[in-house]
Amino acid sequence: MALTTKHLLGIKDLTTEDIQLILSTATQFKEVLQRPVKKVPTLRDVTIVNLFYENSTRTRISFELAEKRLSADVVNFTVSNSSAAKGETLLDTVNNILSMKVDMVVMRHSASGAPHYLAKHIDAAIINAGDGINEHPTQALLDAFSMKEKLGKLEGLKVAIIGDIMHSRVALSNIYLLKKMGAEVMVSGPPTLIPTYLKEAMDIQVEYNIDKALAWCDVANVLRIQLERQNQPLFSSLREYNLAYGITKNRLHKLSKEIVIMHPGPINRGVELDSDVADSPHSIILDQVENGVAVRMACLYLLTGRTQPTT
Amino acid sequence: MTLISEQQLPSIVKRLAHQILETYPGLKNAVIVGLQPRGVYLSDRIVAALQKEIPAEQVIYGKLDITFYRDDIRRELHLATQTDLPFSIEGKTVILIDDVLFTGRTIRAALDALLSFGRPSKVSLCVLVDRKPSRELPIQPDFTGKEMVDESPYKVKVRWQENDGVDDVILQVEA
Repeated sequence: MALTTKHLLGIKDLTTEDIQLILSTATQFKEVLQRPVKKVPTLRDVTIVNLFYENSTRTRISFELAEKRLSADVVNFTVSNSSAAKGETLLDTVNNILSMKVDMVVMRHSASGAPHYLAKHIDAAIINAGDGINEHPTQALLDAFSMKEKLGKLEGLKVAIIGDIMHSRVALSNIYLLKKMGAEVMVSGPPTLIPTYLKEAMDIQVEYNIDKALAWCDVANVLRIQLERQNQPLFSSLREYNLAYGITKNRLHKLSKEIVIMHPGPINRGVELDSDVADSPHSIILDQVENGVAVRMACLYLLTGRTQPTT
Repeated sequence: MTLISEQQLPSIVKRLAHQILETYPGLKNAVIVGLQPRGVYLSDRIVAALQKEIPAEQVIYGKLDITFYRDDIRRELHLATQTDLPFSIEGKTVILIDDVLFTGRTIRAALDALLSFGRPSKVSLCVLVDRKPSRELPIQPDFTGKEMVDESPYKVKVRWQENDGVDDVILQVEA
C-alpha cells in the first residue's frame, strides 16, 4: 500500500485511504519519538531542501526536526539571505538546488499555487508547507491526528473553524480533510472574513453567531487574524473583534458541555483567543505542535517510498 | 509441500520454550521480544508455553517493529506496525523471536532498532525456520525450530491460525 500521489500539494488531491495511511503511520512515528533514541535511520540516503519564501517558526522547525529524526540530510533556504533577493526566479532557484542531487523539496510560498507550478516542472517530490491562501496540508493532517487522538474518531465529529477563514490556508485544508473523513464542518466569524462562495462550494455550514457555533461543535479550531494579508479594514478593531468573536472563558462557561480548543499558532492572545482559554486543559494546542513532528515524519516517509534512488 | 505439519508445530514451540529456559533458567534478567508483524504469532505461542513452566510475571514480553530500520525503503514501501516495549532492556538479555530467518537483513534491522531502546548485555535469536543457505549477512540463530540444509527454490510460508486457520509451515512455488 502506498500513497496515490507523488507530491503532497494539498489535501484536495488525497484519497480517504491516503489520509488514513498518513495518520496510522504517524501513530507509529509518535511511538518512535517517545524512545530513548528518537532517531531512526530510515531516510539516511535522502536529501531534503526546506525552501521557505515566507516566515515560519513552528512549521519550519517541525519539518526540520522530522527530517533529522529520520536521518535525512537537510538543507535550509530562507529567502532573506538567498539569491532570490537578487531577482532569481523560483524555478531557477529550485533547478539549481536540484542539480546538487536533492530528492525532496519542502516549500512555503506566499503565492497560492507555487508548489503546484513547481511540481509541473521538476522531478523531485514536493511537500507544500503552506502556499498563500490555498492549502497547508500537513497542518490539516496534524490537526486531524490531534482530534483523533483526543476524541477517538473523526467520523461524525462536529468541528467549528472560527475566525479569519478568508485568508486561511489552514481553514481550506482542514475543510477538505474533515469532509473526506466524514466529519461535520461549520465555519464561523465576521461575514467580512468568510467568503460567500464557501458554503456552496464546500458544502459546509456557516454561522455568524460565535456562541451558536460553540454550542454546536465538539471541537473549535480557532484561527489567527492574519493582519499581514489584509490590505483593507475588515473589522473595526482588534478589541471589538475580541468582544464579538474572541474565544473567552465566559463564552465557554455558558456552554452545557466541554469542547476541545485548537489553534494552529501563532496565537494573537487576547484577540481570537484569550490566554486563560489557550492555557486551559481544554486546549490541545501544544499537543498539535508535538504531533506535527510525527505527522510530518509520516508524510516524508511515505513520499520517499515513491521516489527513485538518485544514481 | 509441508515443512512443519499441524501436528509437529506445537511440539516444536514447546521444545523452543524448553531450550530457552535451559539456557536462561527462570528467564532471570532476560526478556522476550517478538518481531512485528509475523514473528509475533510465534512469540505469542512461545510466551504461552513459557508461562506454563514458570510464573507468568517472570516472562517479560514486548513487540518490536523494525520497518523504519530497513535498508530497502526505495525498493519497496513497508507499512509500520505497533512497537510495544513497555520495559527497559538496559543490561538485559534480549531473546528476539521471528518466524523465518532468511537473508538475515530483518535481524540486522532489528538489532539496530533494539539499540534505540538501550544497551542490552546480550541478544539471542530464536526462529521457527532457518533458511541457512540463503543467508546474506553473518547472522545465526541460537534456537531453531527447523533448519533447511539445502538451497530451495520454494517460498517458505508460515501459516497461523489467526490468518490462515491453521498452524503449519509449507513450501510454495514463488508467485
